[in-house]
Amino acid sequence: MKLKSRHLLGLEGMAGDELKLILDTAESFREIIERPIKKVPTLRGMTVLNLFYEPSTRTRISFELAEKRLSADTINFSKSMSSVTKGETLKDTVQNIEALKINMIVIRHSSSGVPYYLTQCTDSNIINAGDGRHEHPTQALLDMFTIRRKYGRLDGLRVVLIGDIKHSRVVRSNIWGLKAMGASVAVCGPSTLLPYEVEKFGVDIYTDLDKAMDGADVVNIMRIQLERQQAGLFPSMREYTNLFGVTRDRLRLLNKNYTIMHPGPINRGVEVTSDVADSKSSVILEQVTNGQAVRMAILYLLSGKKREEGE
Amino acid sequence: MPRKKEEVLLDAQKITRATTRIAHEILEKNSGAENLVIIGILRRGADLAKRIAERIKQIEGVEVPVGLLDINLYRDDFHSRLDQPIVQRTEILFDVVDRNVILVDDVLFTGRTIRAALDAIIDFGRPRSIQLAVLIDRGHRELPIRPDYVGKNIPTSKEDRVLVRLEERDNCEEVIIEIAGLKRKTARSGGRASGKGGKKK
Repeated sequence: MKLKSRHLLGLEGMAGDELKLILDTAESFREIIERPIKKVPTLRGMTVLNLFYEPSTRTRISFELAEKRLSADTINFSKSMSSVTKGETLKDTVQNIEALKINMIVIRHSSSGVPYYLTQCTDSNIINAGDGRHEHPTQALLDMFTIRRKYGRLDGLRVVLIGDIKHSRVVRSNIWGLKAMGASVAVCGPSTLLPYEVEKFGVDIYTDLDKAMDGADVVNIMRIQLERQQAGLFPSMREYTNLFGVTRDRLRLLNKNYTIMHPGPINRGVEVTSDVADSKSSVILEQVTNGQAVRMAILYLLSGKKREEGE
Repeated sequence: MPRKKEEVLLDAQKITRATTRIAHEILEKNSGAENLVIIGILRRGADLAKRIAERIKQIEGVEVPVGLLDINLYRDDFHSRLDQPIVQRTEILFDVVDRNVILVDDVLFTGRTIRAALDAIIDFGRPRSIQLAVLIDRGHRELPIRPDYVGKNIPTSKEDRVLVRLEERDNCEEVIIEIAGLKRKTARSGGRASGKGGKKK
């Protein structure tokens, strides 16, 4: 078994056995994080560029640590400190850095499709760390990994994704991944935050949170993207919290042994109350730890896949 | 496809005798089972490690901790491979610091696997010693590595293939050698493994 592509652009169209390979490999890497010496020599001599055009705490640090734990050399690029401010284009920026001989690029960008664009103008392996509203595959993989670790499986579980379905790349990646692994997926949010043609995702759609949570095993709460709320997609934060905030009171609707997830950063008291976010059923910090193992697995599986073979 | 000659080197009974003898030798050399830990290289080395620990328990009545080691992340042929080997889970749930580590593998060939395993173990701490036990030593070392305990020494050519099959995962119990190349009539040399041959596993 091996991955078909030499890039990770998204989970859409990925087969169940490819996802399983990634999750199984991540399971092996999870153990390395617990060792006294948290480092293996696997990617020695490889150079990874972390190209972040959007702010990020978790994903950037997680990728950087994953690279370092695999002994790769890392370069961090952030837009504000670079010649992008002098007007250099994305393509020129990347090709110039690539001329310094790098092997892989981890890219975060506010425009959907940028990771794909990079596959067309560079030779490096491209890993999507979030592109616009399109996908955030490593986040979905770590969500799935966390769920699978707790329940031992993904198939047959009911997972509800709550919040801003329209703008969330995490939701999209989760939908493709979870469905491919046989989970039953529902989305729930205000109708103004459901994307056009949401029914084409092939998931259950709710605008009533109580109905959505009824009988679910996993609740994955998306962040309300405050930076995108100028458009007036819901009347007030208070109303959003009343209708779509996950509160302790609503947890009784869930199946026993339920799980609360959130990709972070949390707006406490908006999409989830603090007592729920910090409760025993919350795996929010475990998601962060697992993210590193998943990213190590991706780096490992894609590394060494050279341009000649496929794509 | 070239004709291949297969020959059984060890049967189930001989494998059992060899592991039992290795267990005795380990106890003799280390004056007992105290301070011992056994680490088997996945997959068949791990199976053998568990057997040796079981044997030591029968002989000495002591439970020796057994760890499982995946060496793929420590390989030296990383840049020359097209696809990554599947990484399995390393499980070393004990401290190796100041312990006498018995490293177990099924076949010792070039020594590169053992080199990787030594690096991996040392990342877990500084053992007092690392000793190497193998079921088959087939020669052709490419690194200065030697075993401390050997089930059977077998002269092979570099191209032969030595296959270890264990009940735990292969539903049969034997060590066979596949003698590669069709020019030689193997019957002439009495079925001995010599001359041309394949690669381990």
